[in-house]
Amino acid sequence: MTMTRHWRTLFVLSLTLVCAACTHKSGPASSLKPTGFGAALVESSGGKQIGATGTVLAQPLVVQVNDEQGNAVTGAQVELSAPAGVSFEPPSGLTDSSGQFSSNVTLGSIAGRYSLAAHTFTKAQKPVDLRIEEIALGYQQMVGFQLDNKYCARCHNPESSAERVSNYDNLEVKPHSFTEGDTLNKMTDADLTAIISHGGPALNKSALMPPYGYTLSKAEIEALIAYIRLISDPPYHASGTVYAQK
Amino acid sequence: MQSSKNTFSTLWQTLFGHPVRAFGVVSLLLLISLAIAPAKNHFSEWRHYQKKYLSLVRGRGDAVSLERRFHDHDGIQQIWLPQLGVVDRCTSCHVGLKEASLADVSTQPFRKHPAIPHTLDQYGCVMCHRGQGPATTVEEAHRSTLAWEQPILPARYVQSSCGQCHRAPLTGTPQLNLGRSLLGRYGCVHCHAIKLPDGSAIKPTDDPPSLEHVADKTTREWIYAWLKDPQAYAVTATMPNFKLNDSDASDISAFLIANSTPLAGDTESGTKDLKAPDPTAGASLYGESFCSSCHAVQNAAGNVVGGDIGPELTRVGNKVKPEWLRAWLRNPRAYDAGTAMPHYRFTDPQLSLLTAFLESKTDSDLLANVHLNAATPEQIAHGKRLVAEYGCASCHEINGIKKPDNFAPELTRIGSKPLTQILFLPGMTHALPDYIAAKIRQPRSFGAALKMPQFSLAPAQVDALTTALLALTDRAHDLPMALTVPSKPPSNYQPAGKAGKLMDDMACFTCHAINGRGGDLAPDLTWEGSSVQRQWLLAFLKNPGTLRPALIRRMPRFNLSDSDAAELTDYIMTVYQTPEFDRDSMPASGYPAAQVEQGRQLFYSKYACQSCHIVDTKVDKGYIGPSLTQVGSRLNAAWIYHWLKDPQAMRPDTIEPNRNMNDEDARALTAFLMMQKGSQRQEAKK
Repeated sequence: MTMTRHWRTLFVLSLTLVCAACTHKSGPASSLKPTGFGAALVESSGGKQIGATGTVLAQPLVVQVNDEQGNAVTGAQVELSAPAGVSFEPPSGLTDSSGQFSSNVTLGSIAGRYSLAAHTFTKAQKPVDLRIEEIALGYQQMVGFQLDNKYCARCHNPESSAERVSNYDNLEVKPHSFTEGDTLNKMTDADLTAIISHGGPALNKSALMPPYGYTLSKAEIEALIAYIRLISDPPYHASGTVYAQK
Repeated sequence: MQSSKNTFSTLWQTLFGHPVRAFGVVSLLLLISLAIAPAKNHFSEWRHYQKKYLSLVRGRGDAVSLERRFHDHDGIQQIWLPQLGVVDRCTSCHVGLKEASLADVSTQPFRKHPAIPHTLDQYGCVMCHRGQGPATTVEEAHRSTLAWEQPILPARYVQSSCGQCHRAPLTGTPQLNLGRSLLGRYGCVHCHAIKLPDGSAIKPTDDPPSLEHVADKTTREWIYAWLKDPQAYAVTATMPNFKLNDSDASDISAFLIANSTPLAGDTESGTKDLKAPDPTAGASLYGESFCSSCHAVQNAAGNVVGGDIGPELTRVGNKVKPEWLRAWLRNPRAYDAGTAMPHYRFTDPQLSLLTAFLESKTDSDLLANVHLNAATPEQIAHGKRLVAEYGCASCHEINGIKKPDNFAPELTRIGSKPLTQILFLPGMTHALPDYIAAKIRQPRSFGAALKMPQFSLAPAQVDALTTALLALTDRAHDLPMALTVPSKPPSNYQPAGKAGKLMDDMACFTCHAINGRGGDLAPDLTWEGSSVQRQWLLAFLKNPGTLRPALIRRMPRFNLSDSDAAELTDYIMTVYQTPEFDRDSMPASGYPAAQVEQGRQLFYSKYACQSCHIVDTKVDKGYIGPSLTQVGSRLNAAWIYHWLKDPQAMRPDTIEPNRNMNDEDARALTAFLMMQKGSQRQEAKK
C-alpha cells in the first residue's frame, strides 16, 4: 500500500518536472537595443487561429505595444515564448513605426490548444505579458474541420465571409456555434453522433437540422466530433474511463 | 623506461607465471568477454524505455491490463511488411502507441498514436514518418547517420507521406492538395519536369500569355516595369521576379517589342473618343457581366476582391492599349485561341463603355519613372540572349525562340534525393525538407548567378510546395500499383459539332465540368439534359437569372443569338442525359391535390427543406440551396424524384444531405415541387 503511494508521488513529481521542462523561452534575445518602452501589450491579429499540427499558421501573429495613454510605442522589445514544439519566425524583435511586432507561428506536432505568450518590459524593467491561444488540428480534427467548412459552417457559423453568406440569420431556431462550449460540452459523444446522424428530432430538437447519417461515414462523423471537441470554448475535458478504486 | 619494463614483467609473472594461474586468468577474461554482449543488451536504450513505460503505467487505474498487454510482447518489437519494404522496430520503445487509455500521456516515446485511417500493423511507421525503421537506438532511428541518412520527417511536412500512395486530393491533407495545385498554378513544371508514378506528368495550369504579338497589346515601358517587379503591377501575379538590373530589363523589353509581329484583327481603331462614356455605366456593365467571377481588383483597403481565374485588373489601364483591349473584349479568341475568357458578344456601345472603364484603372506611380531610350540593335541582340539564358520561352511563346527542353533539373524523385548530392548553405540544417524549402523561398541565396527566379509565396505556400515535392520519393515510384490509390485520369472530353464550337467560344469549361473535364466554379453539367426543362434552359442561356441568391460568382450573360441559344439547348437536352432513368417518366403537372398537400407538409415539417431553400418568398428564408419558387418550370419531375432519393448519385459533390427518403415521401415532395411554377413572366414575354 505504502509502496503504491510512493510510486504515485514519484509519478506526479516526474510529471511536474516534465511539464516544467516543456515551457521554455524560445530563441535568444534580440541583439537590437530597445529604443522604446510600453506599459501594455495587446493582440492586433493572429490569435485563435486553426492550423494543422506542425504547420505555419496562415496569418502572422501581430501584437502591439502601447504606453500608459494607449498610444503605440515604436522600438519596444517583444519576445515570444511557447510550449516546446512551437516556433516563431522571428522569436523576438522591436516594434515597428505603428507599435506592432509580427511573427510567423509554427505549431507543435501534437494536436491541441497551444498557449503562447508575448513579453515586453516597461522602462522600470517590469515585465508585461500577454497570453494568446492557437489551435493545432491532428489528422482526424483536420478532416472534421474540412467537413465543417463544407457542410456545417453555412448555418452553424454566424459570420459571413466575402465568399460565403451565412444562413444563420435566416433560421427560425438558431443553431449552436461549434465553439459554444457551455452548451456542447454537456453533450456526450453519443448525443452528438445521434444529432449529426439522425438530425435535430433525434434529441427532440428542431428538424431544421437535417440528418447526415446517410451522407457522412461513421469515421467522418467521429472526425467532426473530434474537431468540435478541440475548438470548444471553454475547453472540453473528456470524462475518461472510471475505474473502481481498491 | 627501465622501471615500467620492470613493472610489466612483474605483472606478467604474477598473472601467467604459473600454468594453473594462467588458466584461471584466461578463463576469467573469456567469461568477461562473453558477458559483454548480454550486458550491452541488458543496458540497451529500448530496455530502458520499456522499464520506464512499466513504471509509468503502474500508477494508472488500468495498470493490470496495460501490463498484461505489454508482457505479451516485450523484447524487441518488429513490424515486417515485405510488400511495402518495411522493417520497423519503432514499437520497441514507442510501447503505448495502440493503448487508447494513454490519451492523456504527453511524454514521448509513450504517447498513444492519434487517430488516422491506417493501422500500425498494416503500414508500419516509416511509411509516414520516414526515419530508419530497423534501428534500435534513438540516434540512429531518428537522425541521419553516415550509413542511414533518412531522418524523421518533421510534422510540418508529414502530409507528404500520404501523397506517396494517394494520388488524388484527400479531405485530411489540405497542405498536400494545395502544394500539388501550386506546382501547376505557379508554373513550376514549365521548367522542372515532374513525372508521376502512373506515367503521366504534372501539367501547368497558369497559362502564361504568348508574347508573339505583345507589341499590339502593351508598351515597352510596361514590360520594363513588369519585368523589374511583377507584383508592383498586380499583387496576385504569379510571374516571379528575375531580379534583373535596369539595363537587362530594358534590353529584354526592347527585344520583345522588336520581335513582336502584328496580328490581323487584334486591334481596332475608333478608340480615340473613349473618355466620353459615363464611368458609372462602365462599372455597372463590369458588374452585370460578372467579370469579378474571374478577375480580382484590389480595393482601397488593399484587399484583393474577386476570382483568380483571370489576371488581376487593378492597374490594367497601365498595361493594355485601348485599341487592343476593345478587340480583345469583342472576341478574345482572335488573339488567344485557347484563352479561358469567354466570348461575350458585346455590342459596340458596350465595348466602348467597358474599354473606357478598364482603361481608367491606372496607377499614376507605376510608369512615372520609366523613361527608356530607343534601343540599339546591340541592345536588342543582348535582350534576345538574355531571353534565351533565363528560359523565358519555357513559359511564353516567343517568335524565333524554341521552348528549351529540361531547362531546370527534373524533380520526379526529388523526395529521395541523397544528401550527398546536396550543397547546403552554411548554418542550414542538413536535411532534405530544409533544403527544398530554402530553395523555394530564396533560390538565389544558393548563388547570385543561379537562374531560378524569386517567387512571391506566403510561408504556408512554401510549406505546401515542399510537402508536395517530398511526396515524390523512390518509394512512391516503386510501390506496386495495386497498393496505390490512383487519381481520376484526366479527361479530354470534347463536345461535337456546332454546339461544341459554341461551348469552346463561350469557354463553358472554364467554370463547368462535363464528363470529367472542366472547372468547379459552377455546377457539373454532365446530366443537365435529364435535369432541366427545355424552355427554361433556352431562356436561361439567353438571360441567366439568379438561382442561388447567396452566390457572388454567377453565370454571365453572353448575349447569344436566338439560333445559337437554340442550338446549344438542343445539344444539352439530347446529349447530357443520365442512363439511370428516363426524364419523361413522370408528368410535369396533374398531381392530385392531396398528394401535393402531403408534399407541402413533408417539405415544411418532416424534412424542413425551408432551412436551405425558398419556395414561398414571403415566409421562407433559406439561402443555401437554389431558390425553388419556379422549380416546377425548371426541373423535370423524374430528376427531382431521383435527386430526393439520392442527391450524391446525381451529383457526387453536392452538399444536400441524403435523407434516405421512402418512395411515397419522394413522390409527394416531387408533386409539391412540380406545382411551384412561379410567375409566368418568362413564358409571357416570348
